[in-house]
Amino acid sequence: MAQEQKQPRKSSQEESATEEVVETDVAERKEMIDEDVDAILDEIDEVLETNAEDFVKSFIQKGGE
Amino acid sequence: MSVRRVMGTEVEYGISVQGQPSANPMVASSQIVNAYASSTARARRARWDFEEESPLRDARGFDMARQIADPSQLTDEDLGLANVILTNGARLYVDHAHPEYSSPEVTTPLDVVRWEKAGEQVMLDASRMAAQVPGSTPILLYKNNTDNKGASYGAHENYLMRRSTQFAEIVRHLTPFFVSRQVVTGAGRVGIGQDGRDTTADRGFQISQRSDYFEVEVGLETTLKRPIINTRDEPHADPAVYRRLHVILGDANLAEVSIYLKSGTTALVLAMIEDGFIDRDLSVEGAVKSLRDVSHDPTLRHLVTLRDGRRLTAVQLQLEYLDLARKYVEDRYGSDADDQTVDVLARWESVLTRLERDPMECATELDWVAKLKLLQQYRDRDGLGWDDAKLHLIDLQYADVRPDKGLYHRLAAAGRIERLLDDATIEAAMHDPPVDTRAYFRGRCLDKYADSVAAASWDSVIFDLPGRESLQRVPTIDPLRGTRAHVGELIDRCDTAQALVAAITR
Repeated sequence: MAQEQKQPRKSSQEESATEEVVETDVAERKEMIDEDVDAILDEIDEVLETNAEDFVKSFIQKGGE
Repeated sequence: MSVRRVMGTEVEYGISVQGQPSANPMVASSQIVNAYASSTARARRARWDFEEESPLRDARGFDMARQIADPSQLTDEDLGLANVILTNGARLYVDHAHPEYSSPEVTTPLDVVRWEKAGEQVMLDASRMAAQVPGSTPILLYKNNTDNKGASYGAHENYLMRRSTQFAEIVRHLTPFFVSRQVVTGAGRVGIGQDGRDTTADRGFQISQRSDYFEVEVGLETTLKRPIINTRDEPHADPAVYRRLHVILGDANLAEVSIYLKSGTTALVLAMIEDGFIDRDLSVEGAVKSLRDVSHDPTLRHLVTLRDGRRLTAVQLQLEYLDLARKYVEDRYGSDADDQTVDVLARWESVLTRLERDPMECATELDWVAKLKLLQQYRDRDGLGWDDAKLHLIDLQYADVRPDKGLYHRLAAAGRIERLLDDATIEAAMHDPPVDTRAYFRGRCLDKYADSVAAASWDSVIFDLPGRESLQRVPTIDPLRGTRAHVGELIDRCDTAQALVAAITR
């Protein structure tokens, strides 16, 4: 307990300011990640075979080895 | 030994003729192999020598000029001949209903990666060449292991081991390792059960392509009742000294780190078994069921029960082997351990640590995590259930060998998957053999004396020389002879096969 008291206490103003910065960071990062994900999914959408159901159904293999 | 060992891999590729699901896969596979063979072989094609012990005269049977026949005219017997040796020392052929690339013998995990990835490029080139034949329909190739309808095909690993090692010790110490290594080496699969139809409890994704197809712990089979430990014993080397451990349960990996760690960590465990270093019993209860249960839980929380009663996750089981391997390498080599051994240990530890924390941290290194991440992104964006055909398509297309269509290749090109080798290094390995095994002799002979090589196999090269009545067979029974250090200068010096054979037999 004594140790805790030695910690410099932030004013409540400082604390809320810090929290805001953190929140903005997270939001920005999430936005960047979302954009990033959208970009890769858009790219993959373009190369995916059309008519997924038929394509998957027609991939029939014989066993090997 | 360390991670260094004579090793090689064999990959059977999934094959489909675009728009023709009922096309004969043996014919299509033959078209792939023949297309590559006829456009790369400058002269006649050397045959695979099946009968290493037969009299030389018999070998003449393989020495027939083969026409590229209309595929519809090919009988099964003819199709069996689609079987060639490449200048990089590899074998490209039709195995059952799939084109297969067997890598040349190499001695390091990174070379396993290099010559296996070269095989992917060989398949890509082969499919492009086959497509140039007038009237042909494009043939698509996939480096995967199942059609999700009950059929599975293999990606096998081979490790040369000391004959003196008791097989029971191999089974005892390797089985728990194999049950758990899929958390590193899995290729990921949409679908549960052999036919992919088990959709209970909304489990749609599993770690391994292969785990659902294994039914027994030990056995000789590879196509039914598949065993976790395969007992096939064809060393292609002196059987008094060596055994070849044939590993059939692995997935076909595209991610280089997955391939690297698969061969590197397995080689380390084999070294410890050979040296009797493993002092703890990690045997698991119900290995076959555990193999599946681990695969079915991509959260990696499933607990495997050990015979001693402990319950560990697959990652924790792998950490036991890592701990042993660290001690083993320290004990045997200390600070003299070679670079790749040190690197494999460091990467193995790094991957396991992150898998334990959050598997998604390995999305740039491991196939199954990269695939799962992509699938999850699609599920999140489009609200797809695991039975949605689009997710099955993503699973399949991840393994497409074409750089423009294959999703692995798209992710790698976008820098989302880590590479260990550059394209030029892999492309060179399509043509150049490894320099430190007998594959060097085989490959150089095929390259330099193509006209005079009648047949070849892992353990021989057979020459047909002008003026000689019989074929001349040069045995290559020791995988570590016939290297560049042994024969490089000799081959450089000999302009003809006659000169080479004369020099060898003098």
